[in-house]
Amino acid sequence: MAGGQERILRGRIRSVQATKKITRAMELIAASRIVKAQQRVQAAVPYSDQITEVVKSLAAAGGEARTPILEGRSEVRTKCYVVMTADRGLCGGYNAGVLRATEGEIKADVLAGKDYAIIAIGRKAETYFRFRGYKIAGTFSGFTDNPTYADAKAIGQNVVGRFLDGEVDSVEIVYTRFITAGSQEVLRRPLVPLDRDLVTVDSETAQKGAAAGYEFEPEPSTILDTLMPRYVEARIYAALLNAAASEHAFRQRAMKSATDNAEELIKTLSRIMNRARQDSITTEIMEIVSGAEALGGDKSKHVQYIDLEPASASASQ
Amino acid sequence: MAESMHVEVVSPERILYSGEATMVLTRTLGGGDIAFQANHAPFLGAITECVTKIYLAEGGVQDLAVHGGFVEVSNNKISILSDLAELASEIDRDRARRAMERAEDVMRQGHDAEAEAALRRAHARINASGGVDGQGGGVRPGR
Repeated sequence: MAGGQERILRGRIRSVQATKKITRAMELIAASRIVKAQQRVQAAVPYSDQITEVVKSLAAAGGEARTPILEGRSEVRTKCYVVMTADRGLCGGYNAGVLRATEGEIKADVLAGKDYAIIAIGRKAETYFRFRGYKIAGTFSGFTDNPTYADAKAIGQNVVGRFLDGEVDSVEIVYTRFITAGSQEVLRRPLVPLDRDLVTVDSETAQKGAAAGYEFEPEPSTILDTLMPRYVEARIYAALLNAAASEHAFRQRAMKSATDNAEELIKTLSRIMNRARQDSITTEIMEIVSGAEALGGDKSKHVQYIDLEPASASASQ
Repeated sequence: MAESMHVEVVSPERILYSGEATMVLTRTLGGGDIAFQANHAPFLGAITECVTKIYLAEGGVQDLAVHGGFVEVSNNKISILSDLAELASEIDRDRARRAMERAEDVMRQGHDAEAEAALRRAHARINASGGVDGQGGGVRPGR
């Protein structure tokens, strides 16, 4: 009976050890990818900074240059959410955080009588919303841990197309911003129309732009028409890179605690197993001793080996 | 020697080129070729698929294939933003030539916007990497 329990425990320990090896490997892989993902976030900064500059200059100088992407629509009936999650799980609360933020927002929209559209980036967002019976307008997946600009471009074209067709009236992007390896936050940011702060607030930039007297070629409205989709793509690309870096950071943390837990479990199980083994050994000895006693109890009343002074003991008795 | 200005070519993935130059030659959307020299007036333009030439301050020319983008000139600094741009030295000529032939085949079958765009890209790549004869590419000496 006791031996059986010991064998079961040994099997469990072995399986926990195997799991620990896997989680340890995943932790190390994620840790090494954080660095690379972080570098890619950094590398994308100059482009997105400069394209923002160009948008600002255009918005400041080309007063008559207007496009719905810049202006927005007066009445927002359908809101579109671009939800960025991972393709795979095992990354702690990463997917849950983004999905919870989005779902809350959608519920609020529905209560307010608005329509919604979901563009799911990553397999987890797709399965989550499909399972709960939400309408999914579009899905993109298979690249979330290592996104390229082409991926951002495909998403951008889809989103801008929907907006220009009038299918949706505003687009928001929900993703996890990577601050440091130790901290990330879930963010919801307007994508189309552009952040009002970006284009309107800077009255001094407006003056500077006007003073600088930009020459345009072709005319500002044409530039704006080609610039806006690029700008949206750049924003999406930056968000994708942030999301990827965050995903690796979350996974690394989740896998580290899984490894720690496995270690703890192995320790506890080994202790239980050792006790079980000791129990069974003790029981066996008891059985042997009592068996021996039952067989030759009369002859060996005086057990030699527990006598402290064998010579006097044999003499006296 | 002519005055120089700072030139930066930036793609979403990285900074392709950054340095001093005396002149930059590119092509705007529908506007034709345009050259910028030092102290050019502030300028903002959309650029089309073309070969962009950067005449370096220390001599030589850096060719790039730029597949659409924007150019901003202000304060003696030129920024070229492109979501797809390649330095001449990084272009795979054989691949570009094969792409060109493929696109031409498709074009012979009938008009196809995608093939046309592919053909334009291939032309820009081949021209940037030193023309059809296969000479040059990268930083070329002199002008």
